[in-house]
Amino acid sequence: MSRKIKMPERDPEIRKRDFKQVNTGYTRDEMLKEAGRCLQCKKPTCIGGCPVEIDIPGFIKHLAGNDTARALKVLKQKNNLSAVCGRVCPQENQCEKLCILAKKGESVCIGNLERYAADVAIENSDDKMATEKNGIKVAVVGSGPAGLACSGDLLKMGYDVSVYESLHNSGGVLRYGIPEFRLPKEVLDREIDNLKKLGMRIVLNTLIGRTKTIKELFDDRYKAVFIAVGAGLPVFPGITGENLNHVYCSNEFLVRVNLMRSYDFPDYDTPVYKGKSVVVVGGGNTAMDSARTALRLGAGSVKLIYRRTEKEMPARKEEWLHAKEEGIEFITLTNPIKFIGDEKKFVKAVECVKMELGDYDDSGRRRPQEVKGSNYTIEADAVILALGLHPNPILPLLTEGLNTDSRGYIIIDDNYMTSISGVFAGGDIVGGDTVIEAMGMGKKAARAIADYLKNI
Amino acid sequence: MFKIVNKKEIGPKVRAYEIYAPEVAKSARAGQFVIFRIDDKGERVPLTVAGTNPQKGLVKIIFQEVGKSTMHLASLCEGDYIKDFVGPLGHPTEIKKYGTVVAVAGGVGTAEVLPVIKEFKEVGNKIVTIVGARCKDLIILEDELKRESDLLLFATNDGTRGVKGFVTDVLKDVVGKEKVDIVYAIGPVPMMKAVAELTRAEHIKTLVSLNPIMLDGTGMCGACRVSVGGMIKFACVDGPEFDAHSVNWEELVSRLELFKSLEKISVDKFKYNQECKCHEK
Repeated sequence: MSRKIKMPERDPEIRKRDFKQVNTGYTRDEMLKEAGRCLQCKKPTCIGGCPVEIDIPGFIKHLAGNDTARALKVLKQKNNLSAVCGRVCPQENQCEKLCILAKKGESVCIGNLERYAADVAIENSDDKMATEKNGIKVAVVGSGPAGLACSGDLLKMGYDVSVYESLHNSGGVLRYGIPEFRLPKEVLDREIDNLKKLGMRIVLNTLIGRTKTIKELFDDRYKAVFIAVGAGLPVFPGITGENLNHVYCSNEFLVRVNLMRSYDFPDYDTPVYKGKSVVVVGGGNTAMDSARTALRLGAGSVKLIYRRTEKEMPARKEEWLHAKEEGIEFITLTNPIKFIGDEKKFVKAVECVKMELGDYDDSGRRRPQEVKGSNYTIEADAVILALGLHPNPILPLLTEGLNTDSRGYIIIDDNYMTSISGVFAGGDIVGGDTVIEAMGMGKKAARAIADYLKNI
Repeated sequence: MFKIVNKKEIGPKVRAYEIYAPEVAKSARAGQFVIFRIDDKGERVPLTVAGTNPQKGLVKIIFQEVGKSTMHLASLCEGDYIKDFVGPLGHPTEIKKYGTVVAVAGGVGTAEVLPVIKEFKEVGNKIVTIVGARCKDLIILEDELKRESDLLLFATNDGTRGVKGFVTDVLKDVVGKEKVDIVYAIGPVPMMKAVAELTRAEHIKTLVSLNPIMLDGTGMCGACRVSVGGMIKFACVDGPEFDAHSVNWEELVSRLELFKSLEKISVDKFKYNQECKCHEK
């Protein structure tokens, strides 16, 4: 069996100094070779691993025949953001994991092929799809992956979709969270522009709940609302010194760099501190993104502290491999217990404690526990905490009758409808986790919204 | 894009703008804030709403030229547009009848306190307003304040208006003379902190409107976190008003120092570019 064609990557020594894409994408020949590896199974198992149910062998078949336009058409039946998903989906845990070739050796690189089709076909841009408009208005709150996926499908069904975004630019976490070197803004802009061509209207600078309420949206003759406001308030560890200067939540750090372009300060107005010895706490993709961003801003050393081992890290393997190649130092089985500041309250060191793995917990991972007396300190002039986020509280708080669970997630039924009739929700605000999971929910919600609207 | 409909200089380096933002104008209540961004390279800057005219769709903001963005904003003219203007953000002030409300304000807080005392007065409170400034020339909006207050008092550092000293000197005098039910303070952090210390000793409920460094303003980034009663609170979604006696002032003061050196670079660059433009003209 032929070996898979690896995604070409830029040299770690060079790429760690800029924000350009790490993965450069297949050439045509590489794409053809990889597409040719697909067995075109009669009963494809890969599709079962795709949250948005892409006809995977279908699009790969067209690629193998070097017909990118038709490949993209197949992708677009299910996915409006292929250029994004080809880059940021954890395919190794989804479609590629279930690829029949994975059992015998190496799976087809489905994600790389998806990306190729989306990148190349965008250049030929033939994805205007004429749909008859039905004139029924639907409001989508939040322009992140869940909101965009839902909008795309509703637009294709003929609905008149307006997306409300509180920030000054659209894309949600795809813009403010995921760095340029993983998902170039240009790629995101093209994907969003394609949705605009389908008729999507984006209303920026509008915080639903405060600027306008859900009720006011219905007063404006919207017939249904999809809430996809994403995650909100960052989690802090609750330890001494967590509010010292230059102790950041990953969201703040990434928003400064990705959304506000602070790496171009002072040409751009928003500052960011380019640390010398940076410590990142966490083991997810956001931790990797933060660490690699800090490195690219010019940090002399970046250490990543994680309380379990590499095996338990929730980050994609590709991300932590890239991080390691670039020189991020991984300090596992270690947890911060205190941040130490100088006389002006700027952080100067992190006191850590060693951890060991105990019994298995609810997540199926072994629970880390402190090794008594193993405390030691690591010097740091900047700390970035990537410990997750709580659901954003604003909209539930300001919307009467919108029920949430004890943790603040909006409660939905099997049809993605909330406790308010005609109001649906999906993505992080209902407990989603990844970009593709959010998109999957957005798509399913779109179907549910259409069903609902047909019956009222 | 949001149009600057009116521009007025109301004090030295202090300007009042009215921005056309009908949805914000319709929804904004006393105590809330907006975030503006001038252009694609701009930063997101929070400002307390200083008033609204919902009929005309206007939101009033009052600001002092202290940093790059406010200097840039001040350099714009009537009819110019700014790129982004979002709001209202944060909780509105909880307006109810307390009895006697003492409002203490300094700096542009003097402008921001106006909508708050106006609403407090409307529900039947007696309003005593204490304004602090370095000298009498720096006092702004005196007529408006007088209109909304039952008693308007001043403290200036040089004694050119009212009591020579600080707002706390006046406040001390007021609480010595009459029963004060609540104090509302807005302005520079040292002023709010001093007010908090005084009223803590007097056991008078005190609210302060905080102005930490903020980024998205929608509860996402944690930049604006403050310790209140030993808990992390986010000024953008939990605030901006908090119980003055529970705020960790020392931490707030140090967190405001975060980007001082970088802010200076930004200001210097802006001033340099402004000068260049003048030469061209």
